[in-house]
Amino acid sequence: MNWAWFHKFGSPPHIYRIAGTLTPWFGWPAGALIVAAAYAGLVLAPPDYQQGDGFRIIYVHAPSAWLSVMIYGVMATAAAIGLIWRMKVAHAAAASCAGIGAWFTGVSLITGMLWGKPMWGTYWVWDPRLTAQLVLLFLYLGYMGLRSGIDDLGRADRASAVLAIVGVVNIPIIRYSVEWWNSIHQAPSVMKMDRPSMPMDMLAPLLMMLLGFTLYFAAVMLVRLRAEILRRERSASWVKEALQ
Amino acid sequence: MSEFFAMGGYAAFLWPAYAITLLAVVVNVIAARRAHAAAREEARRRLETDVDPEREVERER
Repeated sequence: MNWAWFHKFGSPPHIYRIAGTLTPWFGWPAGALIVAAAYAGLVLAPPDYQQGDGFRIIYVHAPSAWLSVMIYGVMATAAAIGLIWRMKVAHAAAASCAGIGAWFTGVSLITGMLWGKPMWGTYWVWDPRLTAQLVLLFLYLGYMGLRSGIDDLGRADRASAVLAIVGVVNIPIIRYSVEWWNSIHQAPSVMKMDRPSMPMDMLAPLLMMLLGFTLYFAAVMLVRLRAEILRRERSASWVKEALQ
Repeated sequence: MSEFFAMGGYAAFLWPAYAITLLAVVVNVIAARRAHAAAREEARRRLETDVDPEREVERER
C-alpha cells in the first residue's frame, strides 16, 4: 500500500499551506449562510403556534449545541490519531478545537437558559440533558487547563489526548439523555432518523444556520491550526518560506 | 418595526440569546486571527535570532 498520502497529510508545511488556501472557501460561505439564516429565522419564518416568536431562539441555540458536540468529536478523533500514530499535526488540530468548542458550549447553555425561562419557567434545572452539556463545558475547560498546566508540549499533547478520548463517553449521554430519562428538554426535531417534525419555512433557516456554523467552525479552526503548527515548527526551514 | 423588536413579548430573552451568539462568532474569529498573527511574529523573531532554545535544551540533555 502506498503511504505517501498519509505522510503528506501529516506534514506540517503541507497542512499549513492547505489550511491557508481553504480558510476563505469555508469562511465566506459561512458568513453568507449565517446572515441569510438569521434574516430568514427572525423575519421570514412564521411564529410557532405554541411558543410564538420565542421559538426563534432555536436558530442560535440548536446550531451552538450542534457545534459544541461536533467539535468535541473532531477534537477527540484528532487526539486519538495523534496518540496512535504519533502525528504532531493531529495533536495540533485537537488543541485548535478546544477553545472554540468551549465557547459554543457556553453559548448553547446560555441561550438554552434564555429559552428555558419563558417556556419552562426556570433558567436552570438539574436535568440530564442540561447536566451532561455542563459536563461537556467542564471537559473542554479541563482539557485546556491540562494543556496549559504541562510545560512539555509532547506530554501535554498525550495527557490531554487521553482526557479528550475518555470524555467521549459524555457524547452519547448528551445525545440520548432526552430519550433515556424523563427530560424536561424536548426531543430532537431535526437530527433524527425519520422526517423532521418542523414545517419547511421554519426548518430551512435552521438547516442553513447549522451548515453555516459548521463551515464557520472549519474556517476558524483552520486559522487556529496554522497558529498551532507555526508555534510547534518554528525552527524548521519551511517556516522561513511560509513567512515570506 | 417596533413590533419586530418586541418579538411577541419574548424580546428580553430572544435578543440576549442572539447577542451572546454573535459575540461568540465575532470573538472566535478575532481570537484565531490574533493567535495566527502572534505565532507568525514569534516565528519571525525566532528566525532572526537564529537560535532555537528548545534545541539548545535538548543538546544539554
